Amino acid sequence: MRRVLPILIIVLTAVLIAMATIQPHELTPATTPDGAVRAVFDHVKARDYKGAFAYVANSSDTDEEAFARDLAGRDGSLRTYSSLEQADTKVLHASDNEALVRATLEYATAVGAFYDTRDLKVVKEGDRWKVEWPVVKEAKVPPQVIQENYLRWDVITRGSNDDWGAQNVEAPRIRIISMNAIAQGPNTIIVGEIENEDTVPGFVSVGATLVGKNGDVIGEETSFDKISHTLLPKEISPFRVDFPKVPLSTVKSVRMTPNSMLVPASADPVIGVVHQRVETDSRGRHVLKGELINESGVTVNIPHVLATYYDGAGKVIWVSDGYVDNALLPQTPVPFAVDLRDDLASNVHNYRVTVNEYMLQQDE
Amino acid sequence: MTKHTEVRVKFGGMMAIAALLMCCFAIATHAAEINVPATITAGSGLTIPSSGTGSATLYVVGPGTAIKRTVQLGQEIQLSADELQNAGRYVISLDGSSATFFVTAGPVQSIAFLARPSRVPADTPNIVTGTAFVFDKYQNLVLQPQPVKFELTVNGQTASRTETTKSGVAFAKLDSSRKEGPAQFVASSGSASVRRVVQEVASDPCSIRMTAVRDKNGILARTDPIHDCAGNPVPDGTIVTFTSTDAKGKSTVDARIKQGIAEAELPASTGATISVASGVVVGNEIQWRGAQ
Repeated sequence: MRRVLPILIIVLTAVLIAMATIQPHELTPATTPDGAVRAVFDHVKARDYKGAFAYVANSSDTDEEAFARDLAGRDGSLRTYSSLEQADTKVLHASDNEALVRATLEYATAVGAFYDTRDLKVVKEGDRWKVEWPVVKEAKVPPQVIQENYLRWDVITRGSNDDWGAQNVEAPRIRIISMNAIAQGPNTIIVGEIENEDTVPGFVSVGATLVGKNGDVIGEETSFDKISHTLLPKEISPFRVDFPKVPLSTVKSVRMTPNSMLVPASADPVIGVVHQRVETDSRGRHVLKGELINESGVTVNIPHVLATYYDGAGKVIWVSDGYVDNALLPQTPVPFAVDLRDDLASNVHNYRVTVNEYMLQQDE
Repeated sequence: MTKHTEVRVKFGGMMAIAALLMCCFAIATHAAEINVPATITAGSGLTIPSSGTGSATLYVVGPGTAIKRTVQLGQEIQLSADELQNAGRYVISLDGSSATFFVTAGPVQSIAFLARPSRVPADTPNIVTGTAFVFDKYQNLVLQPQPVKFELTVNGQTASRTETTKSGVAFAKLDSSRKEGPAQFVASSGSASVRRVVQEVASDPCSIRMTAVRDKNGILARTDPIHDCAGNPVPDGTIVTFTSTDAKGKSTVDARIKQGIAEAELPASTGATISVASGVVVGNEIQWRGAQ
């Protein structure tokens, strides 16, 4: 009897360890179309792409690696720095053997929440529902040599041993070429454009101060990332300064503060914005869509799109922006879409899209 | 008047007379007048004659200067050039008497020259400002009017102007030249001369003209060499925006001028309007047809 108890304890321990270690090969089968989609994204949330791929239908013409790259991102894109926070599903229509499910995804990224909507076809395989994952066309750049005449500006500033009268190199001349204060519900929004009028690049920012009816300052904000901060010579950037919960009716005047600083900069890469058009998306909202083409030979990891909208008189009436979660490979078009306020859509007569680029590595 | 009061008045009168006599005696024996010139030039030194016998203490107080020295009366007192190098008012005191004199700045030896701005558009009037402060070898501001010559030279073209200092400062406004380049901006006075460099750069493009040709990826739009209205090439790196509008929408490329021209690849189209602009300057427009 004295030996039986230790043996029992050892056996029990071994069984418990085995139960904790060995996972079942079979995942819980999805019995409903939206259950299958939810199961995919639940595994994606846990970064278990292998588990998520188990819910992908055999008829899908995609492999596990391409599936994982589609969801986890690649080439240092914004997607690689994000994590799936929430996935809401809605069955758009369903039959006995197939269904269409809309997944609204919210990613947490370094630049704020990023939203993505996917309409996924779900098919029944035996007694299980599985997702037909759309084929991901991965852009591949053929081996080639792209000739670049790199153009850079470097700055030598005044040294500590210089004569006190020796002038330093001056900051570039910049000018706000248009400005418009508009109301958006209880908020005041300042939109406009700023130009680098000089022959050297500059790092620019725009600050705005709202002055109330009695002369008091009622708000101070900057454009933060609603601007292209690095402006090359003669480059024009839109800017937008938001004042949440400050009604425009309380504002007497606005003081604008453009700042510039001379910085080293590179003239590359050149990004083309093609096939821009205003459309309504699947939810009936107005969006400005188009494609970005990196005309240079380096990869742009995180593109940031800024759109300026003008009315019939050429006045800036709105500025919107959006990050693109795919990297821009050389010579490869990547789609983008940025919001346009529905109430302003009918007033928009023209628009202009500019692109900020963020690169992890750049050959100097 | 009481007897007591009368005694006090008499005593006071005697004391006053005694003090007066002592002063007269002192003046007659020791407090000889100090003979110094009203002004001397900085760094030139000073010799002060003295009279009397025995030793006395000399005090000299001036801008950044305080000297206390025991001197022998009857001998000449020397103040060296180093001791009188700061311009301004000095007070000298010797054995009970004092005098003042001024040290003025010497000849111009150096110039502090402020040239603004460091970068200007070419062919612009009154845009380069030079301000010169003239100093002697001891860094005293030379307050006497001095001629200062301002010279702005770029690509062999020189513009010059001579101004006279007022309270040690002279300034001039000069036009930038028609040709771009690093301008040598020199201020000189006497033997002193200081050089600064002002970068004269091209102004806005005067006109932009482009052509478009079909290429393997679409339409290649290219400008002619872009110049400002004075004929200077607009610097490389300047943004030139090409815009193509067709049935598929609008396409824009913010190209950079490289080696004097800008070019961009626009998407292929069977019918498009192509335009070009740089900053607020708009160039020509091309109606593109597919067969072009």
